[in-house]
Amino acid sequence: MNKWISITFVLLSAVFLLFSWNIYQDEAVYEKKPADYDAEMQKQGRLVWQKYNCHVCHQLYGLGGFLGPDLTNVSEKGFYYVDAFLKNGAASMPPIDLTEEQTKQLFEFLKATNASGSSNPKDYRKLWNGMIEQ
Amino acid sequence: MNKIKTNTGNLFLVTALVLFLASIIFGFLSSLIYRYPEFLRDSMGLSGLRPMHVTAAIFWILLAATGAIYRSLEEITKQNNYKILKLLHWAIWIIALIGIYYAYSKGNFGGREYWEYPPEFAILIGLAWGLFLVIFILKVRAIKKWPVYIWMWGTGIIYFLFIFIENYLWVIPYFRESFIKDMVIQWKATGSIVGAYNMLVYGTAIYVMESISKEANTGFNKWVFILFFLSFFNMLFNWGHHLYLVPTNSAIHYVGYIVSMTEWVFFIKIIYTWRKQVTEAETHIHYFPYRFILASNFWLFFNLTMGLFMSIPIINLYMHGTHFITAHAMGTTIGINTMILLAAVFYFLLPEKENHHSRWLKAGFWGAQISLLIFLIALMGMGITKSLWFFEEPQAPFGEMMERSRVWILLFIFSGTFLMVSFLTIGIKLLRSFFTKTVSLSLK
Repeated sequence: MNKWISITFVLLSAVFLLFSWNIYQDEAVYEKKPADYDAEMQKQGRLVWQKYNCHVCHQLYGLGGFLGPDLTNVSEKGFYYVDAFLKNGAASMPPIDLTEEQTKQLFEFLKATNASGSSNPKDYRKLWNGMIEQ
Repeated sequence: MNKIKTNTGNLFLVTALVLFLASIIFGFLSSLIYRYPEFLRDSMGLSGLRPMHVTAAIFWILLAATGAIYRSLEEITKQNNYKILKLLHWAIWIIALIGIYYAYSKGNFGGREYWEYPPEFAILIGLAWGLFLVIFILKVRAIKKWPVYIWMWGTGIIYFLFIFIENYLWVIPYFRESFIKDMVIQWKATGSIVGAYNMLVYGTAIYVMESISKEANTGFNKWVFILFFLSFFNMLFNWGHHLYLVPTNSAIHYVGYIVSMTEWVFFIKIIYTWRKQVTEAETHIHYFPYRFILASNFWLFFNLTMGLFMSIPIINLYMHGTHFITAHAMGTTIGINTMILLAAVFYFLLPEKENHHSRWLKAGFWGAQISLLIFLIALMGMGITKSLWFFEEPQAPFGEMMERSRVWILLFIFSGTFLMVSFLTIGIKLLRSFFTKTVSLSLK
């Protein structure tokens, strides 16, 4: 039995590694709206998002904490809307002490998340097989 | 203290238990913020408390599983060797833990969801895990025919290490070029890593059950190997359900959808074996390791049912982004993993049945089960409120939706408080009994 267990284990692992490699190499552009963000700044903006733990309260595509709203498409409301919340805070959100550069980077990241699509469940179509898509 | 000094497995179990108690206290403080947003807002706030809670909860699972595996391997091989390596393993974890909590206390983050500490600490955790793999291989190489739990532990240890590294691919700028690809890799790793540590926990459950029921060869049963491979298959390919709403390659969505439907096999198997477990329960019901494993089976059924429906994309659309996800995460972490690991902690630290006849333990056990059920119902109530808000037209402001959840949030806080008190009762009683017994043994 040990032999068959080992063979199954190795086979499943090999398929998993191939699948993973395929994902790492994926160069496709998944953007549903015109992309008007700065590519370099959005990469830094992702790190600002992490440094200030934004995901603890907010979500991107519904993934994250649930104390605050989903921010995938918040950049549609403009830079000053986001900046005002960062500077003044809200009910349970303290003011976030970002530098001007960090605020810009974070906003470019939020423009990138917005360009990728909509996180609004109303924008999804239901398919016959139980799948959903935008 | 002798038993702790000479047995690193016990050292891991006690450290894990302390982390568990810390996690429920941080969790309780975090829950207050949902109703009282000003609470600790300008000091720690949720952005500081939640990482403290989540880190303690995840590390409780990892360290308790490690301790249980060390103790189990000692029993299987009848040898407590590689003591210095095991102690070094524990010491690396302690250094990492002190560093991580110091960073949190200074407001220094930088990681991602569930792993919020600065990424430098991941090197220490990776190192500790690599050492765990080495010690595991050294211990099991003498065992010729592996029962299923050794396969599960080996699989969990190897894949945890692989996925943990994958979890940090984001530090390479190439992986952050595409937001969607980055998101896919993040949630691929998050989904699979849970499967990896579940392997450690479920393997422990099988070992403890086999030891209690004294039924030899359960670990070689054909069915348990089929279920092991099904779990392994799901660990590798079932993470796509996190990403149904993320506009990526549809193959990822379909693989996740199809693979997750194989979990119905577990569902049917649980119902099929229910009767047998009820008969066995009459024999062992007063023994806490058995009691906790029986409780974990109930929560497995509960969470699997919820998880199966959540894995159907058309249903997931109504549950995703709501507290149903939190209910599922809490249900599996507390209901399944914690119950199994408490069973293991009791089995290894307090095996004598006479220590289990305690009113405090019984009250703690039933308090935890009942308050957990109410806690999950409250989260589901919050989930329904948010789901209805998602689809209403015109949509009310976010704050108004939160206000509509007021009753559910209060229920969440009250049940959470009882849950905390119940677990504190169990944890403190267990630690007190263990140390009293250890001290009296060393005095003799």
